Amino acid sequence: MTYESMLAETVVFRGHKGDIGEAYYARPLGGGPWPGVVLIHHMPGWDEWIKEATRKLAHHGLATISPHLYFREGPGSPDDVGARVRAAGGVADEQVLGDVAGCMEFLRAQPYANGKVGVIGFCSGGRHTYLAACSLAGIDAAVDCWGGNVIVDDPKQLNAKRPVAPIDLTDKMRCPLLGLFGNDDENPNRDQVNRTEAILKKLGKNYEFHRYDGAGHAFFNAARPAYRPEQALDGWSKVFAFFHKHLAAAAAARAA
Amino acid sequence: MCSYIVEKAKLFGSAKGAKGWMRIDTANVYYDHPFHAPLDHALGIDFINEAAGGRERVAVELSAESARELVQKILAALASGEIEHGKLARDTVATAK
Repeated sequence: MTYESMLAETVVFRGHKGDIGEAYYARPLGGGPWPGVVLIHHMPGWDEWIKEATRKLAHHGLATISPHLYFREGPGSPDDVGARVRAAGGVADEQVLGDVAGCMEFLRAQPYANGKVGVIGFCSGGRHTYLAACSLAGIDAAVDCWGGNVIVDDPKQLNAKRPVAPIDLTDKMRCPLLGLFGNDDENPNRDQVNRTEAILKKLGKNYEFHRYDGAGHAFFNAARPAYRPEQALDGWSKVFAFFHKHLAAAAAARAA
Repeated sequence: MCSYIVEKAKLFGSAKGAKGWMRIDTANVYYDHPFHAPLDHALGIDFINEAAGGRERVAVELSAESARELVQKILAALASGEIEHGKLARDTVATAK
């Protein structure tokens, strides 16, 4: 029988402009070296499901950190802090990217890190992931789970906090991308997913998209009616396969 | 949906939250992913005192159907209450005469 163990805890990281924030960090114990993953939470905030997903990735051998992207609006419970952020129109893309970059540094600084880092995000975090894949150096693999507003059809949606449509940065994408989408989702809808794929294909990017019938937005989330167990199981298996494929190389090199 | 769309209603009143009663001056109203309600989307209302910094809130997350029902009942309660209290006010004036 294999002995399994994991450590999950709150840690601090240095984010955008050197701000010190809190994050939830889960990692396998023993063995290694382990690849790292930054998990970007969804719009409602740093909630229980996000922490469950963080532990799930650790269970599959990925040291995973989920930064509380709203920590600057604290103190307070994550839902109250999230409400303040919502009322203020969300967080600025630049700030999120700075926080993700800080978490990547955190992961690479750990003595058991294998040097590879992936990024995964859900909902608004999926959009942030696409943005990070196009903006930050050092990401080895990115997973966009149903990120809305990657394509911006109404220019009025662009503002000081979200000045650029992520799709317009696609030519700068520097890492492999996995995209998971529900065909019944309204944001992104099927047409937007198809248009995103067309641009990735046209620009010769390394990507794979999977679309699920009978699923809408957030179909991984067991706390919501949107949960679709069959599609979620398949989707998670694709996430793990993708990360293990793209984040394992350095481990092999180190072992060699 | 992750829309970031919030409607703000200016209010006068009070609300009772975790720390007791507080004055409120604003309701932030949105229809988006809830934090707690087992729904894909919910009508959220955060009652806050923006003038005092808006740090504390009294929050509800309602299904769309529930929210519409609540709107109807608020209007109905106002209508019946105003009639009743208007009658009381008239009676009070009549008695004083």
